[in-house]
Amino acid sequence: MLPAAVSSVDALKADSPKVWPEFGTNEVVHWEYGEAAKVETLLRSAHRVVKVDLVNNRIAPAPMEPRVVAAKYDAAEGRLTVWSPTQGGRRIQMMLARTLLKMAPDKVRVISIDTGGGFGVRSKMFPETAMVAYAARQLGRPVKWLGDRAETFVSDYHGRDQINHAQMGLDRDGKAFVLKVETLLNVGAYLSENGLRLPMEGGGRIIPCGYHIPDFYFSVKPTFTNTVCTDTYRGAGRPEANYLMERLMDKAAETYGLPREEIRRRNFIKPSQFPYKTHLGFVIDSGDFAGTMEMALEHSNWAAFEERRGRSAARGKLRGIGLAFFIEGAGSRPVEGMRVRFEDNGDVSVIAGTYSHGQGHATVYSQLVHEFLGVDYDKVRLINGDTGTSPEVSNGTFGSRSSMVGGGGVKRACDAIIVKGKKIAARLLQSDATRVTFEAGVFRAQTSSVTMADVAAAARDPNKLPDGMAPGLDEYVVYENDTENFPNGAHVAEIEVDPETGVVEILNYVAVDDCGVVLNPFIVHGQIYGGIAQGIGQALTENIVYDAEGQLLSGTFMDYGMPRAGHFSHIDARFNAMPAKTNELGVKGAGEAGCCGAPPAIVSAVVDALGSYGIKHIDMPLSPERVWRAIQESRVNKAA
Amino acid sequence: MEYNVQMTVNGKAVSGKVEARTLLVQFIREHLRLTGTHVGCDTTQCGCCVIHVDGVAMKSCTMLALQADGKSILTIEGLAAADGALHPMQQAFRDHHGLQCGFCTPGMVMMGVDIARRLPGADEKTVRHQLEGNICRCTGYQGIVEAIMDASAKMHAAKA
Ligand code: FES
Ligand code: FES
Repeated sequence: MLPAAVSSVDALKADSPKVWPEFGTNEVVHWEYGEAAKVETLLRSAHRVVKVDLVNNRIAPAPMEPRVVAAKYDAAEGRLTVWSPTQGGRRIQMMLARTLLKMAPDKVRVISIDTGGGFGVRSKMFPETAMVAYAARQLGRPVKWLGDRAETFVSDYHGRDQINHAQMGLDRDGKAFVLKVETLLNVGAYLSENGLRLPMEGGGRIIPCGYHIPDFYFSVKPTFTNTVCTDTYRGAGRPEANYLMERLMDKAAETYGLPREEIRRRNFIKPSQFPYKTHLGFVIDSGDFAGTMEMALEHSNWAAFEERRGRSAARGKLRGIGLAFFIEGAGSRPVEGMRVRFEDNGDVSVIAGTYSHGQGHATVYSQLVHEFLGVDYDKVRLINGDTGTSPEVSNGTFGSRSSMVGGGGVKRACDAIIVKGKKIAARLLQSDATRVTFEAGVFRAQTSSVTMADVAAAARDPNKLPDGMAPGLDEYVVYENDTENFPNGAHVAEIEVDPETGVVEILNYVAVDDCGVVLNPFIVHGQIYGGIAQGIGQALTENIVYDAEGQLLSGTFMDYGMPRAGHFSHIDARFNAMPAKTNELGVKGAGEAGCCGAPPAIVSAVVDALGSYGIKHIDMPLSPERVWRAIQESRVNKAA
Repeated sequence: MEYNVQMTVNGKAVSGKVEARTLLVQFIREHLRLTGTHVGCDTTQCGCCVIHVDGVAMKSCTMLALQADGKSILTIEGLAAADGALHPMQQAFRDHHGLQCGFCTPGMVMMGVDIARRLPGADEKTVRHQLEGNICRCTGYQGIVEAIMDASAKMHAAKA
């Protein structure tokens, strides 16, 4: 058995086995932000300094559909077709064509049909994709590879796996003014596509996560180990950042003897500070952080908690309540192609560069086209997921971006259609385009009117068009924005611990989210629930474990704790919608909010429940075993 | 060595040759080409493969095709009415946003029908517990639980 380095801490020890001996170290790079010396000086000047040491546990993204690739090569045409679940096939197509197989991109087609869950991991290029495509071309025969769940565990990239050491200096009034964060990231044995940049770019851009802390030093050391690569998993750096900030805030509350909500109140970025530039230069345009937190406190009946704690105690249970505030950065890489096309039969197609794999784009885009153009909802179709038909610019769906880039693209295309439509309608109505109005699918000039369908039909007939106008009413836009958006929220979890077994039961969960304008509450709630479930999974049950020799021990659903229906209670999700000012729909992404809020809320609640044992922190996942052990240790310590 | 199996699947008599080790889910997906029944794991944990065997929910990845010889099988493809009208459980999943990517959904729906049959009027906690063997990664289960409770109430009201 070759020696192995498994954790980032071990991998950085001088005598650790080197994953790549030619580099002489497992440290990939050391990135720093801020002035270390100045921050040290400020920390020394602080009234109090609070510190946390945290393990952000390694997670298997585990979409329910295991990974699969099929490919077929048409030798006569020189065309390769690849079917695989992705989050948008264009990147895979381009990498296959340009980098790997040296083919013309238009000879490579990637098709995704009903991807069974993405969560970041399905947006990646995997070796098996390349191998299957290559084999199909070499053999001239269709080739298919279907990973079973065990293979998916050892070959899909994992998520998280950070060790964070953070210190925060506060003044006499409990106002934080300096922050130092040191992060070790376990990147695995190779460099995945995005893994390396997640702590700094993914998480760093939002730190200090909704609080105003003027001075910040950040050190990030990505580290090679003999494990599966890590890469984007729902949240991708932001859950880790929010987790460490919220653990710091709880620690500060305890240190100052202040309620947890009060220390946060004193440190929030205030509405008057917007637009607010974060340390890494991202601009938060809007939010009502304190108000959002107050809503969560109110709906969870936070103030009357002690009475409920007492009732649980009477039954021998330890009740706890936890609070977490978080901020997200959504809509990354804000460039996307969106096409709106009028079909002969009166249908309208949205041909999207985004790719829906459970996010409900068909519903929301149809709703938008109905709203903007007055076309019947049932007549709108979504076409996506096939590089053979998708727009030239097609980045796909990730980073909670589709509401802004896809929805915004639909809006801009529809606006252009209305402008052109007015000119055509003017001719049909024998009026002037400036006097034509458009509302609910009808163009009007004085008393006469034509419908969108009439105009779409006329647009096909060059005789009915104003001079020099190209036929057709279809529009293609490349949506671009120079900023992303910043969803945020406050979650309150109420739990009970059984001190005899260490089992944590969730009794109540309130989530107040500011996702900006909510295009469809059903779908946004669905995203919130799903994100919270993954966050609760990280907090309570999920953990990728390797033994010292680098063998994966949690390689099936028997030993990797996927959260089940019984792990949750009903989630009470609400909105405090502050429209984004930086995109025309006012939206903020909803996909990754839940998994930012849930881990710190749950850990805060469990630690609160265990307060009487003097327990200040337990690293995730708070499995029954870990909670039970923490209780036993504290009993032993007390007895000693 | 191959063996003949015969069974009724979604009301139709079918037969085929299988190996002793052929799983029922393989027979359904690969021989009958009914790919609505999914496979999400290899350890009987996820429930994506749940079907009904003689009216009872079973994980088709954990049964041999030979064990289903002579039995009546219902898969997700056979649940809707002949005219295409959705089964109340399917409709409820739609009404309550009980699916996102849809991969777990066939198993969830078949399990939901079974829960409704066995435990009329089951409360939320019971439904959550009954879903122990079905994993969904997308929805957080909230819409699924609501759908099962709603459909269950409607199915029993229709019977009464
Ligand atoms: S495929 Fe997972 S339980 Fe059958
Ligand atoms: S809807 Fe995707 S796994 Fe359940």
